[in-house]
This record gives sequence, structure tokens and C-alpha cells, in this order.
Amino acid sequence: MSSSHNPSTVGSALVKRGLADMLRGGVIMDVVNPEQAKIAEDAGAVAVMALERVPSDIRRDGGVARMSDPQMIQEIQAMVTIPVMAKARIGHFAEAQILQALDVDYIDESEVLTPADEENHIDKWGFTVPFVCGATNLGEALRRIGEGACLIRSKGEAGTGNVVEAVRHLRTINAQLRRLQSADAAELFALAKDLQAPLALVQEVASTGKLPVPLFCAGGISTPADASLVLQLGAESVFVGSGIFKSEDPVRMARAIVEATTHFDEASVLAKVSTGLGAAMPGAETSTLEVRLAERGW
Amino acid sequence: MPRVGVLALQGDVREHVARLEEIGAEVVRVRHVEQLDGLAGLVLPGGESTAIAHLLTTSGVRSGLDEKIRHGLPVLGTCAGLILLSRHVLGGRDDQWSFGALDVSVRRNGYGRQIASFETVIEVKGIGPVPGVFIRAPKIESWTEEVEVLASHDHGDGDHPVLVRQANVWGCSFHPELTSDARVHRLFVDTL
Repeated sequence: MSSSHNPSTVGSALVKRGLADMLRGGVIMDVVNPEQAKIAEDAGAVAVMALERVPSDIRRDGGVARMSDPQMIQEIQAMVTIPVMAKARIGHFAEAQILQALDVDYIDESEVLTPADEENHIDKWGFTVPFVCGATNLGEALRRIGEGACLIRSKGEAGTGNVVEAVRHLRTINAQLRRLQSADAAELFALAKDLQAPLALVQEVASTGKLPVPLFCAGGISTPADASLVLQLGAESVFVGSGIFKSEDPVRMARAIVEATTHFDEASVLAKVSTGLGAAMPGAETSTLEVRLAERGW
Repeated sequence: MPRVGVLALQGDVREHVARLEEIGAEVVRVRHVEQLDGLAGLVLPGGESTAIAHLLTTSGVRSGLDEKIRHGLPVLGTCAGLILLSRHVLGGRDDQWSFGALDVSVRRNGYGRQIASFETVIEVKGIGPVPGVFIRAPKIESWTEEVEVLASHDHGDGDHPVLVRQANVWGCSFHPELTSDARVHRLFVDTL
């Protein structure tokens, strides 16, 4: 029998990005208590995002939104066997240190919470726990990857139940990726400047045609058809925030969005899982919003 | 070259497809039970075992695949796939089911949560050293003598098998698909 006693390395880019790879083709659900976490896991979620208020409630309540109470995160960790993610404020590396000490599986440096630093994001290379960050375009995605993010999600406009912003962000990222692929070597210098993104990353994605980390979608997904739409636009998994537990029948909605994510390009399956779900979450027209969460972070 | 399926309900399907295509296999992504017909082998990828188990049921693949495995279809499960193939699953949900085709007991997240995830080098019998990427990996805690151990790793608590085979059923705690080294896939495909 062969045996290995070789030294091992934790926190490498491969290991951190690897968990994001394991979450592909899945649904990550926002939950505010252990009972919701159980419903999410029962429905086939690949991970849960533990937070005190879903984005639509944060939007309604106003005020400063911060990292969740560690007790609530620990109760959710004790309830489910799937990965548990939690949010830190943009630039709030102390919240991130606390979340790492709590052994969360992924940290979302999230615009849904009130930013703590108006200039700098967290230096994510210094952490063993991986980070996911939001992006509205390719330059923003590459800046976050340059800071050490291991997973990018479109920002969308969280808490609205309106998928239009997520679609805009995915289409923007895809269009900018295509532009890089058609550029010659000399043009990449100017394109990196226009994107305000690290040159080495711009050169890398120009040659590979895709981000070096997985691209997921978040913000406004509230039906199985929404999930199918963003997956057909190139997202590899979906984050669903208010869309499940603000719907009329969260159990059915959660199961339906999970099935829609797996069978995203099979219209007959989508028709079946979309049937008789009850009302989706109430939506908001993004042009009338007072606070645009997607504009947080830069 | 053989026709090999990759169960494509959730997880790192793309990497398995890439490794198998690199070694010349014809690859089929399997989401429906009829896609199991005509396969020489099937890979159960990494991902979340609870999500894949749920989707195996909702998609209707579960019973058909169970029957195929019992009739000798060669299967290779990595990480979540290993959990799904194992006889006993420890540290899982109370209602967690598995195909029970591999006589091992695995502990979910037996190597720890994500911050304990690691990479190392694994010595595989007949191949030599391969990259071993362990992500919230299941740990094989016990096994019967019918199970051939192809590689083990000592993570500070003694040797535990990380690549095993019992007749047509292969299980792997780590993710050979996550690096460009396709030798573990070749080892499996060469038996088809």
C-alpha cells in the first residue's frame, strides 16, 4: 500500500478557488436563522449565506448594516452540513478576521452591508478563508481578483426582486471579455488602463477568454426562470437573497430554483418546476430606488 | 475510446469532462436516466453531496443508476461522489442516503471545514506522486478487506485511504480533476 506523509498547504489559491468550483451549478441561499438554513439544505442548496436581514429588509429598514451576530452564524453552522458563508462590510478587515475565526467557509465582502472604507477593499490574500466579491463590470471583477477574491458574483440590485441589473452586469462582463479576446497585444495596455484593472490579469483573461475564478450571479433573482436566464448568460451558479424567503411558499420556491439551476437549458423541465409556485417576492422598479447598492464598491 | 459519463447535476463537472477528453474518452454529461445507456463508465464529480443526492432523486436518475452500479457499471466518485458511493456516511444529515456500493465509512468534512482544506502530494500505487487537492474533504475512517487501497495520506492522525477501489466502484477523497494531471482518470479509464 502506498502512503503519503507529505507536507500540506492550506489557503492556497487552488484550494480557495476549488471550493467555488464545487459550488458550480448550484444555489446559494440567504438565510436569517437555523430553520431557514434547514429548509435551504433540504431543498438542495449548495451553501447558505448567514445574515441577520435579507437585502429587501435591509433596504426597507435603512441605517447601518453590519456583520451578523456570531451566535446566529454558529447556530446555522450547527444546523446544516453544507458550507456556510457570511458577509463582511467592504473594507472591514476586522469583521473578516472575526468571520475567519468563526470558521465560516466563504466571506462575502458585500455591498449589501454599509461600506466601512470608501477607498479600499480588504486585502484578501492575507486570509486562509476564501472571499467572494461583487462586480458590475470586468474591471471591477479583475480589481477584486487582484485583491485576492476567489469567486466573483454579479452585484445585481439586491433586495429588489428585479433581475435587470444582474443581467446588465453579466452582459457587460461578457462583452468586455469578448473585446479583450479580439484585442492585439498592444491594445491590451490601453484596455487595462480603461478597465482600471491589473495588466497581468487583463493579459490572462484576454488569452483564456474567461475569468480566472468562477463567475456566479446575485441580485434580484426571484423565479426559476430568472435562474435559467442568468445561467444561460454565462453565470455558473446563483445566489438567491430575498427571492426565496420573501416568496409566498419558500419551500417550493427553493426547490424549484434548485432544479431550474441544474436544468437551466431544458425548457420543458423549467415549465414543470415553474408551475403553481405561488407568488414570487414583491418586486421593485430599480429606476425609482433611493439607494443603489450596486454603486457601493468600486 | 470508451464512452464515459459525468453526472452533471451539480459540481465541478467541467473539470472532469476536460480530464477525460484529454485522455481521449468520449464524454457524455448525464442529467437524465436514459443518458446512462451505453456508457462504459461514469464519474460522480465533486460538489455538495446533499445537493447532488437531492437532484439524483428529483431528476429520476437515482434508481436507474443504483441498478447500473449493482450490475457492474464502473463508477469513480471524487469527494462528494465518494460520499454518494459509500456504505456508511458519518457526520451527514440524519436522512442522508447513499448508494452503499463501496464498503467504507466516510466522515463528511472529515478533514475539517474550508479553512482546513489543503493541497499535498499523494503517492498512488502504480502511478507515483500526484497532486492531491482536498476541499472540505470526506475522510475514509474504516473499510473492509474487499476494498483495495490505492493511496493513503497521513494528516497527522495516522494513515487514511484517499483512493480506493472495490471491483467496479472507485472512490477518491481528493480532487484529481482540479489539476492538469489526468493520471488518476487514466487509471480508471484504462480498466473500462
